[in-house]
Amino acid sequence: MQKLIKNGSLVDDQWVLIKQASDAGILQALPGRDLIVPHRFWKFFQDDIANYWGQVTIWLDSDERVTDIREPLESFPLIGLNFPVFSDGRSYTNARELRENLGYQGEIRALGDVLRDQLYYMHRCGFDAYSLRHDQDPDECLQAFDDFATGYQASIDQPQPLFRRR
Amino acid sequence: MYRYDQYDHQMLSDRVAQFRGQTRRYLEGRLSDAEFLPLRLQNGLYIQRLAPMMRIAVPYGLLSSRQLRKLAFIADHFDKGYGHLTTRQNIQFNWPALEEVPDILEHLAEVEMHAIQTSGNCIRNTTTDQFAGCAVDEIEDSRPYCEIIRQWSTFHPEFAYLPRKFKIAVCGTREDQAATQVHDIGIYIVRNEQGETGFRILAGGGLGRTPIVGHEMAGFVEKKHLLTFLEAILRVYNREGRRDNKYKARIKILVKETGPEAFRDKVHAEWEKIKDGAMTLTDAEIERCRSFFTAPPYRELPETSPELEQALASDLLFASWYQQNVRPHQRSGYAIATLSLKETGIAPGDISAEQMNFVADLADLYSFGEMRISHQQNLVFTDVEKGQLYALWKQLSTQSLGTPNLGLLTDLICCPGGDFCALANAKSIPIAESIQRQFSDQALLQDIGELAINISGCMNACGHHHVGNIGILGVDKKGEEFYQVSLGGSAGNRTSLGAIMGPAFAQEEIPAVIEKIVAVYREHRDPGEAFIETYDRIGMTPFKERVYAKAD
Repeated sequence: MQKLIKNGSLVDDQWVLIKQASDAGILQALPGRDLIVPHRFWKFFQDDIANYWGQVTIWLDSDERVTDIREPLESFPLIGLNFPVFSDGRSYTNARELRENLGYQGEIRALGDVLRDQLYYMHRCGFDAYSLRHDQDPDECLQAFDDFATGYQASIDQPQPLFRRR
Repeated sequence: MYRYDQYDHQMLSDRVAQFRGQTRRYLEGRLSDAEFLPLRLQNGLYIQRLAPMMRIAVPYGLLSSRQLRKLAFIADHFDKGYGHLTTRQNIQFNWPALEEVPDILEHLAEVEMHAIQTSGNCIRNTTTDQFAGCAVDEIEDSRPYCEIIRQWSTFHPEFAYLPRKFKIAVCGTREDQAATQVHDIGIYIVRNEQGETGFRILAGGGLGRTPIVGHEMAGFVEKKHLLTFLEAILRVYNREGRRDNKYKARIKILVKETGPEAFRDKVHAEWEKIKDGAMTLTDAEIERCRSFFTAPPYRELPETSPELEQALASDLLFASWYQQNVRPHQRSGYAIATLSLKETGIAPGDISAEQMNFVADLADLYSFGEMRISHQQNLVFTDVEKGQLYALWKQLSTQSLGTPNLGLLTDLICCPGGDFCALANAKSIPIAESIQRQFSDQALLQDIGELAINISGCMNACGHHHVGNIGILGVDKKGEEFYQVSLGGSAGNRTSLGAIMGPAFAQEEIPAVIEKIVAVYREHRDPGEAFIETYDRIGMTPFKERVYAKAD
């Protein structure tokens, strides 16, 4: 089972991640489960989703932009942002825009190539849930959030830059 | 210079501990090569042809004698007794052992140094004019702003995994000494009509495979908006820069493909969202950073020095060093002296541990314990009393540091090349040496005057060959090393990119080629005209005809 860190501890995951889906049949295959579906899928199968009796929310790949989400953000209890490879840094900007410019308050979940050594930066950009890559040691990952005592910049976890605090 | 407080120290020790853990996990096989790669790069560690290469950050090139002694210690204990000054005003070591790197970082942290973001796809060391704070044509000292940018860019959580590396330069003088226009972001300190200083900001310049001069993003940005403006540029780049092709991933390609105007509009749209936000600089922060770069305790001195005048009249060798390597200073009775690391037979920019200790002692004696590394790979004492220049020079001469060639043909800029670097197509150090040997006559060198030769061992252009008056690029032709020569590059206010002369040359042909180029210049020049000016006037043809002329 996928290991999930949320708000600083290891938790069970209620959500099922749909990585790819091209027709609404997937909704029948997983009756009543809470689903994270690709944003494109969500847009295309709105009617099917409206009739589905579990919760459905979305995830975006790194080449998609959160500013392209047309639906009200409150409709989504969580938004997943994917790291196709850990060195692709675009989802950091997406997370920051969600929190800072769009005022999104729900869960932002890191998906994909989510590794110990990037968690601290993700956290500072506004992620609060991390679906760890299967080979990651969850205890080691939990320590990553303490790698640094503080940072220079304003960030989601510390809205005042160091120069306004020192 | 900037001094760390408890926050800066804490961040550095956190970083050392973090990298120690990462190195341990890598050595235990729990981090793959691919996963460790960006982590080690962001700590300045490359795996090179012969051994790892470690690049240590020297923020905007400013170094204290205490720090230089520590570098000498590292050269002696962890390396083979020498280091290499780079064109980003950093210093690198070619022979450290991977498992000892965390220890090296710990030693560096003791003297407020590190290797953070000296490599990798992140914001690199910010560079500036090596004479900042002392140059006579200065609008404002650039170093406080460099330090502000250093802190903002250090561990920036959003920009640690950019499409590609990112380099920023700041220029505070009228005469640009920092190659500002060929940076990913180039910042000029300018004064507006009201007399306030602010920033003119360019983006999308760069060298490498596709050399481009930067485009203006804003003509005047108020000081308080510096960081939000930079953040807006970086955000557009991080989101939209190409990630499908490493060679098209720099911001210059994005600006070119988007169109400079359209890119500028995107930056401004992004800026509108964050302008006046928390990252807006406060007067207190600007003042805090400025307070670290105040004038040293200068003495009240007359503009002229009888000791200096006497030495100039009696010692011709000293007089020629003075003429070439000493520059005027803002302050009466002081001068800026450059220590050339370009003596023939020594790789340009190389400095031994013994020389480092020696220079550190001299800096304490003659220049308030501080020095600069220039992007031309030399060391600079910025605050020397004129009356002590002669004594300083006599000392320098005993350690191969008094070569009178600043700005002359033998003051070559040169990357480590195929002797060390895994990326290089060809060697560059032996080319530099063969040219220096060809031009060993000081009178001739001074007659030729100002002439910048830049050598890169491959098209990644670490030797900035595009902006050399004469640029030399190592190329691989069916497994053999050849050298392509270009003319007309320049890195100053009138930045221009050199044009390739024609077919490449074999290594042994290069000194003769340079000699022919120089001969054409000397025949055609008007009185007082520098090489680049003559080239601009007469163009490529006369040079090309001479160099490629068939033997009768």
